[in-house]
Amino acid sequence: MLTAARYEKKLGAATREAFGRTLVELGRENPDIVVGDADLTKSTMTTYFAREFPDRLFECGIAEANMVGIGAGLALAGKIPFVSSFSAFVMTKGFEQLRVLVAYPNVNLKVVGTHSGISIGEDGPSQMSVEEIALACALPNFVVLSPADEAATRWAVRWAAQHKGPVFIRTGRPKAPIVYNSDAHFEIGKAVELVPGTDVTIVATGLMVAEALLAAGQLEAEGISARVLDIHTIKPLDEDALERAARETGALVVAEEHLVDCGLGVRVAQALAKRCPAPAEFIGLTGYAESGSPDELLDKYGLRASNIAEAARRVLARKA
Amino acid sequence: MERIHDPAALASICKQIRRHIITMTGAAKSGHPGGSLSAVEIVVTLYWDVMRHDPARPDWPDRDRFILSKGHAAPVLYAALAECGYTPKETLNTLRKLGSIYQGHPDKRFIPALEASTGSLGEGLSVGIGMALAARLDRKDYRTYVLLGDGEIQEGQIWEAAMFASFRKVDNLCAIVDYNKLQLDGFVKEILDLEPLADKWRAFGWHVIELDGHDIPALQKAFAEAASTKGKPTVIIAHTVKGKGVSFMENNPKYHGVAPTPEEVELALKELA
Repeated sequence: MLTAARYEKKLGAATREAFGRTLVELGRENPDIVVGDADLTKSTMTTYFAREFPDRLFECGIAEANMVGIGAGLALAGKIPFVSSFSAFVMTKGFEQLRVLVAYPNVNLKVVGTHSGISIGEDGPSQMSVEEIALACALPNFVVLSPADEAATRWAVRWAAQHKGPVFIRTGRPKAPIVYNSDAHFEIGKAVELVPGTDVTIVATGLMVAEALLAAGQLEAEGISARVLDIHTIKPLDEDALERAARETGALVVAEEHLVDCGLGVRVAQALAKRCPAPAEFIGLTGYAESGSPDELLDKYGLRASNIAEAARRVLARKA
Repeated sequence: MERIHDPAALASICKQIRRHIITMTGAAKSGHPGGSLSAVEIVVTLYWDVMRHDPARPDWPDRDRFILSKGHAAPVLYAALAECGYTPKETLNTLRKLGSIYQGHPDKRFIPALEASTGSLGEGLSVGIGMALAARLDRKDYRTYVLLGDGEIQEGQIWEAAMFASFRKVDNLCAIVDYNKLQLDGFVKEILDLEPLADKWRAFGWHVIELDGHDIPALQKAFAEAASTKGKPTVIIAHTVKGKGVSFMENNPKYHGVAPTPEEVELALKELA
């Protein structure tokens, strides 16, 4: 376990890079692992798999709906397909196919969305996926994973491969701050308590986990003890950990690189309302962003440690 | 299953399937009789003559695959599966009722022998490609058949799939278009015309066979030609009559999605006696 004040932000591999590398490992271990991509192999990093297993990489061209359908067919014939594209495309253009061909009949397809959130940067809002946690969570039978860094992604991709059923994994474009040691242990549906704390809990996912750790450090300097939970599994959600957090710290801040109206925050609020109502604040996006460098965008749209710390102070003031 | 080649024997199975379609949809008081009746010869020729399959082993890895992409024609497929012995015949008339395995559209959760759950149009060809690619990877010789509706191919995904299948030379795949010329809102040529249809498929790189979709020997010959066509997928454009076999249903747009009344069921069964 980390001490909040000691967390140092060091960049590791991008989560999409970790996905691409892990896919190759899986490909070597299991000949049934196959991959579909929609003209973005060099961006989703399935290019590594394509190089080593050209016969098992199905380049579908710019046709995501067809790619999802082909993936479903491969799965129904016994393969373990991963289909990948930018989150913004595979989850929207492929959504109807994911609903009818995959979620409803519970087909063993793995969907990996890359370039999620606004940290894709310069490409701008048409390429930025800020809705897909809502879309993925709306699909019954889907497990929804949102790893924070390289080690967590490696685990997520390996877990998805051995799980029978549909999985969505959310990954990002930029290098991701390192949160975990390479041998870190994860359990599906179990939040990781990265920092213990008693005054407030910061619940974060993906890129926001590192910001949450930095925020906990800032708060610690002010004498506020902040617990940090990494929600790497958004669905099923670890309601036990959230209930404990609500009981033991009495206030929460949820932080995500996603629209606040339909992402992790609303799921956490639902769980708390059910299990142990507590005041909470929500850090996320309220609309579409714009072009800019990832760092500029995270600053401008309020997805930084300082924003989380400020929300923590606000929620502490509301604590009974 | 043992194959039946004799067209007369297949025709008599077709009649039995048509009777099921009428009684099932009549009992359900809803459903899609017209587009089920138009596909009877196609489905019967596949299940009784062309396809390699075994009702005792629905999960046999080497079986040929059939996907009803036009999922609303579920009654024709249910009748065929029941007559083959995959599912019970006695409960066909529970079609569309709560708890029935015969759901409104094919639902794999209720009938494992179904290759895919369908119902949202435009999706089945992609699924068929996935199965055909898996066969190729596994060096298996099973073939995959996908039955498409004519209105269905107005969906863009069909053409994404069509482009992919020929480019990747997916020749263990055969699509059939049940070209009955009618869709829910009226005549296909007035809603969104498909013509020139054969030219479209040819331009997309497919081997095209055009035939009368109620002509069993022509269907048998076409499926054999499809199997021996290498390097490209085959599409069979089957000119059919919506509501085929029941005089008052034939070419009548009303029976796309309206079930026959009890009196109409009686009349229809007389014609199909």
